[in-house]
Amino acid sequence: MTQPSDLLFSKEHEWVRLDGESATIGITDYAQNALGDIVYVELPKVGSQIEQFANVGVIESVKAVSDLFTPTSGEVIEVNEALEDDPAAVNRDPYGAGWLIKVRLSNPDESKRLLSPAEYEKIAAE
Amino acid sequence: MRRTALHGEHVGAGARMVPFAEFEMPVQYAGILREHDAVRHRAGLFDLSHMGQFRLTGDMVAPWADTLTINAVGTMKPLQARYNIFCNPGGGAHDDTIFYRLEDGWLLVVNASNADKMWRLLNERRPRSGVELENLHGRRALIAIQGPRSARMLQPHVDVDLASLRYYFCAAGRVIGIPVTIARTGYTGEDGFELFVEGGNASAIWNELLRAHHGEGLEPCGLGARDVLRLEAGMPLYGHELTEAITPVQAGLKWAIKMDKPEFVGKDALQEQLELDAYSRIAGLVMEGRTPAREGYPVWYEGRTVGTVRSGSIAPSVGNKNIATALVSPDAAAIGTRLEVEIRGKFHAATVVAMPFYKRPK
Repeated sequence: MTQPSDLLFSKEHEWVRLDGESATIGITDYAQNALGDIVYVELPKVGSQIEQFANVGVIESVKAVSDLFTPTSGEVIEVNEALEDDPAAVNRDPYGAGWLIKVRLSNPDESKRLLSPAEYEKIAAE
Repeated sequence: MRRTALHGEHVGAGARMVPFAEFEMPVQYAGILREHDAVRHRAGLFDLSHMGQFRLTGDMVAPWADTLTINAVGTMKPLQARYNIFCNPGGGAHDDTIFYRLEDGWLLVVNASNADKMWRLLNERRPRSGVELENLHGRRALIAIQGPRSARMLQPHVDVDLASLRYYFCAAGRVIGIPVTIARTGYTGEDGFELFVEGGNASAIWNELLRAHHGEGLEPCGLGARDVLRLEAGMPLYGHELTEAITPVQAGLKWAIKMDKPEFVGKDALQEQLELDAYSRIAGLVMEGRTPAREGYPVWYEGRTVGTVRSGSIAPSVGNKNIATALVSPDAAAIGTRLEVEIRGKFHAATVVAMPFYKRPK
């Protein structure tokens, strides 16, 4: 499985697309496939402060509830409201229309603690 | 971990395998929602070989079984199938089962999770003569084809006229030349058939049906889709809506209780429960919002907890709403009652509705 080369990853199968002082966050193709049909996502509120690797929401498939962890700290500036009506977008397009939240980064240095696409591929292949 | 005769087919098709009642079973193939859609609109193929199959023979089977079960066995016609429940003396359910009256004896199908318990129980209660028991669990396979196109897809392969095989009846026949018992039974809320076959012959039937009909929409289906289908159809799942502590009365299965039988295990307790009418009971819930209700979530009514969710799922055939069953106190169980389900510390509105949630179009 090849990951998009412009992203960083967490061990918990989230991705981050860094864009200056903000970042977009989602779950990986591996994660959506492992979860199966996603039927509900619960995301943090716009304006809330979130801490790297903290539990900030849930993703539910038909069978199970899974925690969502954030790979970066910051203030939530946008959530993907389209997922309320169409949570399956996370399955169809995990790196595009299925993005979850956007944050204003509070600590850009912490991206050092994330994985490169090649490093993440090793984890996902295990 | 035990494997069914179709294990190789599941793994070969890329199914996701999970442990279930000592067996390694497919929870999904292409995806639960796609498989659910196939069964509601076309047809799906299920491996149910993990379920317990016992052969009961002898002159005394029917009168003996009638003392252990709530529904009538002795009145079953030749080749009839009937849903039945074994209760404990307190009225709780040991298991819910189906009896099939065959030409030369009876087939009893029990839940996989209860197969060992039920085998022990039957042997402990067996009379000195007139009842012989044979355990086919794991040796005999069970393949179900379920969905509106199942009769049309199955008919070319069998020597039985499926149009004349009535709901909850069975026939001895052959599928692609292989001896099978074909029953018009299922657990999905759709028309369909269940094929009882020797394990060694299961893969030939499985593969031939898929080869011939996959192009017309026949999909291999896993236990994930089966659970959504049965919940929409209002069918209980042992361990959820029925347990050793939840009686058939509480589960809304009064129709299956034959109180005119002189005696059966649990009769007095069930009679008393019916007369007092004060028991907590299974209610069908439709959630107002999009948050799924899951097993174990507390249910609230007028500011107090009145029970817990027993099963819950998104329901594609119920307007894509979230549905659930909950065991609630009687004052909270009336149809139309507005309840709240506590989910991660928040309260989500739900309404009690009549079950089944879904009925197939006639």
